[in-house]
Amino acid sequence: MIISIASGKGGTGKTTIATNLALSLGKLQLIDCDVEEPNANIFLNVKIKDHEDVTVEIPEIDKEKCNYCGKCSEFCAYNALAVVPTDVLVFPELCHSCGGCEIVCPQNAINWKKKTVGKIEHGITNGVDFFHGLLNVGEIQAIPVIKALKKKVDKEKNVIIDAPPGTSCPVIESINDSDYCILVTEPTPFGLHDLKLAIAVVRHLYIPFGIIINRDGVGDKKVEMYCQKEKIPILMKIPHCEEIANLYSVGIPFVKKIPKWHVRFSELFKRIQEEVGT
Amino acid sequence: MKQLTIISGKGGTGKTSITAAFASLAKNAVLADCDVDAADLHLILNPAIKKTMGFHGLKIASIDKEKCIDCKKCYESCKFDAIDKDITFNKDSCEGCGVCKYVCPEEAISMVDRDSGFAYVSETRFGPMSHARLNTAEEASGKLVTVVRNNAKDIAEEKKKDLIIIDGPPGIGCPVISAITGVDLVLIITEPTLSAIHDLERILGVANHFNIPAVVGINKYTINKENTRKIEQYCKERDIDVVGKLPYDVAMTEAMIKEKSAIEFSDSDLADRITDMWIKVERKMFA
Repeated sequence: MIISIASGKGGTGKTTIATNLALSLGKLQLIDCDVEEPNANIFLNVKIKDHEDVTVEIPEIDKEKCNYCGKCSEFCAYNALAVVPTDVLVFPELCHSCGGCEIVCPQNAINWKKKTVGKIEHGITNGVDFFHGLLNVGEIQAIPVIKALKKKVDKEKNVIIDAPPGTSCPVIESINDSDYCILVTEPTPFGLHDLKLAIAVVRHLYIPFGIIINRDGVGDKKVEMYCQKEKIPILMKIPHCEEIANLYSVGIPFVKKIPKWHVRFSELFKRIQEEVGT
Repeated sequence: MKQLTIISGKGGTGKTSITAAFASLAKNAVLADCDVDAADLHLILNPAIKKTMGFHGLKIASIDKEKCIDCKKCYESCKFDAIDKDITFNKDSCEGCGVCKYVCPEEAISMVDRDSGFAYVSETRFGPMSHARLNTAEEASGKLVTVVRNNAKDIAEEKKKDLIIIDGPPGIGCPVISAITGVDLVLIITEPTLSAIHDLERILGVANHFNIPAVVGINKYTINKENTRKIEQYCKERDIDVVGKLPYDVAMTEAMIKEKSAIEFSDSDLADRITDMWIKVERKMFA
């Protein structure tokens, strides 16, 4: 079973849920797909055992063959190529590696070279088989790194996916084949507004979902009222309290210090398992 | 005309609340919400929309099944797994490159506009605002960020505004880079948690990579004073100005619930400290 943790709004507690849930269960995979700002390992402290580079293919122009006809730049939907009278400029960060320039080139002047855009790392702690990805600083496209991470999913195991914030491509790529999605929100107007956007995404992908309210008590009751009205299950509420906030600030998963939460996360998992029917 | 972008790396550190507060302090600014994935600034600023523009991101492949001879050339050429073996197109995976259209011998495929969202030009109690909405499961949010910024520039020129204040998205990827390219200053809002510190280091790396001057503001500094000291030390070692420290104050959330900026909401220590932060940021930009 694949459970993804998503949110719309950033900073609502996705990583908190993902890491505490993983540590409460053990014997599973945890994959941190927030490759722009991966934080799960701050809480897990996994010793990285192996890593691999994530590369994309970027065109390289064979200037002996090129006749500067401009067909490649004309075709490129991403403006990643510009042809001037005696040169072809390639903008690697704009390239989506679609292969179009090679197909349209009448001179067969396009070769491909690998460009590293990030890496994925792996290690094991407390029975948690952990992967995360790191987009290189200055790189634009998170998707190839997320795709490389998703290849590590072992469908025989239980898998938790910590998704990035937002509602667009990196989120879709992270959660798209999940059996269940936990949406984490906070009880504030921003939390509710972005929760509605996130709900639209999981509905669009036909993924069953439930809500966790984090920092319960900090704002108003509108998230709860909304969930009741829409008949969306509230799976858990984590109170707004100093102890949990302090543990978060120093990178300690709170299930390690407050044992009753260990039980609650195990029950949460059982509930999801029953709902998904595995 | 100057441009300031407020970013954070990590989400939820208070970018939008601080942008809203700056909006009520700035005298002659255009406001731009470039967190087009999950835009929230309008919840405080209550914009009255004056102009709505359709936004079309990358195009999308569309097939005429009547013309298709099932040669599977499109399936074989698609690098995005957007076409199945039985030649059904998966909209969410299509990146609009046009290769399938090019290789189709029957001209059965066309590239059509996708309705990816809307861009808005609005009026608020603090001045004009440029913002947008990305439709569910659409890509090209970086492109929409550019649209929002261009609209903001047009308004600024038209209305003789000397500053654009941009509320940026979280992360370090495509939409963030679109939101900070070519601005005069980025203000990075962080908080004293290990996660936020880790993310601060990465986002500073991005600002540095694109040669954009950066200053740091620490939100909720009272939740862990030791980590706050670490951030200050880190910034000092790298010669980065810390333009202010804001205490954790429930007034920030209460103001949001009342649809007000923290400045409008109360005359508190929090409001004073935000004002002080704003003065420093303004000085840095117009010095």
